[in-house]
Amino acid sequence: MQLTGAEIIMECLLRENVKVMFGYPGGAILPTYDAMTKYLDRMHHVLVRHEQGASHMADGYARATGEVGVCIATSGPGATNLITGLATAMMDSSPIVAITGQVGTGAIGSDAFQETDVTGATLPVTKHNYLVTDVEELAYTIKEAFYIARSGRPGPVLIDIPKDVQNAVTEFIYPEEEIVLPGYQLPSPASDSEIAAALELIHNAERPVILAGHGITLSGAGHELQELAEIANIPIAQTLLGKGCIPEEHPLVIGWMGMHGDACANHAIQEADLLIALGMRFDDRVTGNLKTYSPNSKKIHVDIDPSELGKNVPVDVGINGDLKTVIGQWLPGLKQCSHPEWLNRIRDWQEDSHERDILNHESNGKLLTAQVINDLWKYTDGNALTVSDVGQHQMLEAQYYPHQRPAMMLTSGGLGTMGFGFPAAIGAKFGKPEEEVWAIVGDGGVQMTICEMATARQENINVNLAIINNNFLGMVRQWQELFYDKRYNATPMFSPDFCKLAEAYDIPSMRVTSRDQIEESVEFARSIDGPVLIEYMVEKEEMVYPMVASGADLHDMKRRPKPGEEVKQ
Amino acid sequence: MTPHTQTREGKTTIVALVENKPGVLNRVVSLFRRRAFNVDSLTVGRTHKEHVSRMTIVVDSATISPYRVKANLEKLINVIDVQVLTNDTPHVSRDLVLVKVRTDGAERSNGVTGVCERYPAKIIDIGPDVAIIEMSGTEDLVEKFVDELRPFDIVELVRTGLVAMGRGTRIQDTDYEPVKVKNGNGVYKTTV
Repeated sequence: MQLTGAEIIMECLLRENVKVMFGYPGGAILPTYDAMTKYLDRMHHVLVRHEQGASHMADGYARATGEVGVCIATSGPGATNLITGLATAMMDSSPIVAITGQVGTGAIGSDAFQETDVTGATLPVTKHNYLVTDVEELAYTIKEAFYIARSGRPGPVLIDIPKDVQNAVTEFIYPEEEIVLPGYQLPSPASDSEIAAALELIHNAERPVILAGHGITLSGAGHELQELAEIANIPIAQTLLGKGCIPEEHPLVIGWMGMHGDACANHAIQEADLLIALGMRFDDRVTGNLKTYSPNSKKIHVDIDPSELGKNVPVDVGINGDLKTVIGQWLPGLKQCSHPEWLNRIRDWQEDSHERDILNHESNGKLLTAQVINDLWKYTDGNALTVSDVGQHQMLEAQYYPHQRPAMMLTSGGLGTMGFGFPAAIGAKFGKPEEEVWAIVGDGGVQMTICEMATARQENINVNLAIINNNFLGMVRQWQELFYDKRYNATPMFSPDFCKLAEAYDIPSMRVTSRDQIEESVEFARSIDGPVLIEYMVEKEEMVYPMVASGADLHDMKRRPKPGEEVKQ
Repeated sequence: MTPHTQTREGKTTIVALVENKPGVLNRVVSLFRRRAFNVDSLTVGRTHKEHVSRMTIVVDSATISPYRVKANLEKLINVIDVQVLTNDTPHVSRDLVLVKVRTDGAERSNGVTGVCERYPAKIIDIGPDVAIIEMSGTEDLVEKFVDELRPFDIVELVRTGLVAMGRGTRIQDTDYEPVKVKNGNGVYKTTV
């Protein structure tokens, strides 16, 4: 069958089971958009309003489904606009394939119109990338790109395709052979000695803690993790991206860890004699000061990426492997253990945690972000797919919206990309149309990608956009309050009337100013089949507690002051 | 000749086999830059297989674990095999230097010749004013040789950087063959 390069791209996407692409056309990618017209009965294209939105949508789709998300952009500015989304996906191991147009092969290097060295520019923020200069290599390259994106530690892969390659005609024969990459080996199962070494530490531990990360979700190892924890009676602390990898209501889940994590989880980590780190990477936001991090514990670290083992924290047993396989290998030899004293101690911390940090929200008539998120949790039965942006609301969402299923809280954890939430929620809804999707975002972050309201409208996608509006860049303001003597430079923020803006986009909206309207806002959102915007006008100067200052010891947490108490600076 | 350790103190040699494709060097260099790995020298050249290139990288092992460098190199899709050569790993290493020195005047000329006789050095170009000398050996030996030439006025100098190879049957090779892709006109083709 004689096909153009552009048609080959479409044929290959079909064979990768791609259902939806997020993109934006332009000169160098036009042949592909033209070929696409013949495939739109089998694949849907979402026209975004900014390519960054396309990359976040592909990311949100990938995180929600575990499948590869696809975004398309033209050369030059189209491609460079993808970079923030690629870096976001890279940091959080999210599988994306990005296809970009490039100027013709003859013009490469001549500073042609809309030419950028895209493979060069995206090299540090992709798992791998390609410049395809020959149409004969196109099909195999696309197959390889999808394989790399979704296998091992997932990540973004970019394919840059010059316009003349898209136009070139060749006989299309889909490469059926398996992908063989000499320098890319997927991890093998753990060795007997690794299993024995890990089990010995587990069996001898008196104060063990499991640190469950995103890897559990990516590997689909929730069931194995739960068995491990139940048989050996080990409490589980989750990372931000690990939240929901096993149900948060499980009695062994003690909360999430790190800078704004639950105080009890941080205390447990610091006091532990064994950390079992599963699919997490000891990020600085999780460890605080490395010198004093969990000083008396042995460490077992399992990760699919061998370069993570020992990167930040020295480990006693490091196992490179897929978590589902490795934990599965531990289970047959795992003995029943019990640590009643340890669990009681953690329970005491937990109660203290709840008392100080959670229940200490006396209602004084002002609407607080924590209340909004807590009530959204309540009225959505804790069952919605929530996508956060970055900042105070993100941390509060992690604190106040527990999830019972994996991949139900999407957030830009590693890169901390403001503007991620709303487009990622749109992508997630395309992947999981059966879920109730809420983008819970701040007034700062949402304005970075607010143009995607038009996309939501055009697609009539049923995403509920909850904007937590405090007229501040809240988290930056919090740092200014704590560490810069309240010099609020560049954090007070004018925001548009979001409800009027929604009207301009033909999106129904509601403004909430008091707590008793929250239930109604959820009902309102649920009553509309399509995008909805709800603006929650919250207290301007809220704080997120607990807080481990950047670089401080993990146990050195600033706690929410009791009424009448000064904050410990 | 006194025996020299193959790798200087505080330095570790890493040998990587990589696919011989455009942009692979860029990927490796970009990795070192973004992970802030300190590289002493990096050489790259072809091997006896046209689709495989070989890189010898000397890193500052005082500041970075060579095994971390290895783990990160192995993440690059185009990197086939990486081995760390420490002084406990029997291996040989060579650095090649070209030095242009002044040879005007009998004293200088004789001095240079004298130094060259004590090293495995060759004078490969000679004129009335300057000579180019080639010498290869371990980095230590090269350092010493260069130091001895300094009094005679070095006017130009270039070193290739270290190349290394495991001794005996420590063979670092790959049986990888590029995938032949059936596409286009149904012709098997090598991916680039």
